[in-house]
Amino acid sequence: MKLIFGYLAGLLFGLGLAIGGMTDPHRVQGFLDVFGNWDPTLIFVMGGAVITTFIGYRLVLRRQGPLFAETFIVPTRRDIDTRLLIGAAVFGIGWGLSGYCPGPAFASISGITWPLVALLLSMVVGWWLARRV
Amino acid sequence: MDWSSFIQGAFGGLLIGLSAVMLMVTLGRIAGISGMVSGLIFDRFTAESAWRLAFVLGLISGLLLLVVLNGSLGNVAGNPEAVVGAPIGGVPLMVVAGLLVGLGSGIGNGCTSGHGVCGIARLSPRSILATLAFLLTGVLTVYVVRLMTGHSL
Repeated sequence: MKLIFGYLAGLLFGLGLAIGGMTDPHRVQGFLDVFGNWDPTLIFVMGGAVITTFIGYRLVLRRQGPLFAETFIVPTRRDIDTRLLIGAAVFGIGWGLSGYCPGPAFASISGITWPLVALLLSMVVGWWLARRV
Repeated sequence: MDWSSFIQGAFGGLLIGLSAVMLMVTLGRIAGISGMVSGLIFDRFTAESAWRLAFVLGLISGLLLLVVLNGSLGNVAGNPEAVVGAPIGGVPLMVVAGLLVGLGSGIGNGCTSGHGVCGIARLSPRSILATLAFLLTGVLTVYVVRLMTGHSL
């Protein structure tokens, strides 16, 4: 059951990214290009996703627990530390340079290109480094 | 203004939200891609890894499904037939960008999905600030690149 619903959730996520245009790095970078040729598509994707998740989580988290696992595992930290802010800032630079964040980058494997291969391998190296600093 | 792109965007967002809610109601987990994939690669393989692998396979097959359906459901700018857009730059740029994306999402414990969608939906102060931070540096990066090169990458 865990595998089936893990797969289905991934499938929905991939469909949403592609239908929303987020597997096009030009659209993503175009959203960040607010002082140039701005493409607002991403705000509709994010808005649609946040509103749906906001309502859905409120309904779901009233339950005792999830259907096929012991408990809900939700982050509990509320403190703001420099690691969080520095990490997010560094991530934003890479995101702006490439128009790729991890979801769309992995989802786009069916349309693989050498630059995408380079980005994915380099991202994995980045994760490895992040576990050591 | 390209309203069809915005409507497709909102519908895509709805599907992403449904995915996040489905993962929470069935497995009790946040749909954060960077944590999921890096955990899959670097943590010891457990039952936890199995559903993460299933999710990633689903993520990839979502796009394969659109390619097979061939119904121009993609939303690539200027190319309604495509599902995956072309990269913005070559291998050297992507090596640098990938390193920053990996390092940053690793240190900051999340990316656009975990912080930007799930975290904001939970009204988590950490995720709201992280999202503001990566939006800010993303916008600044594109602006600086535009200033230096005279055009976007």
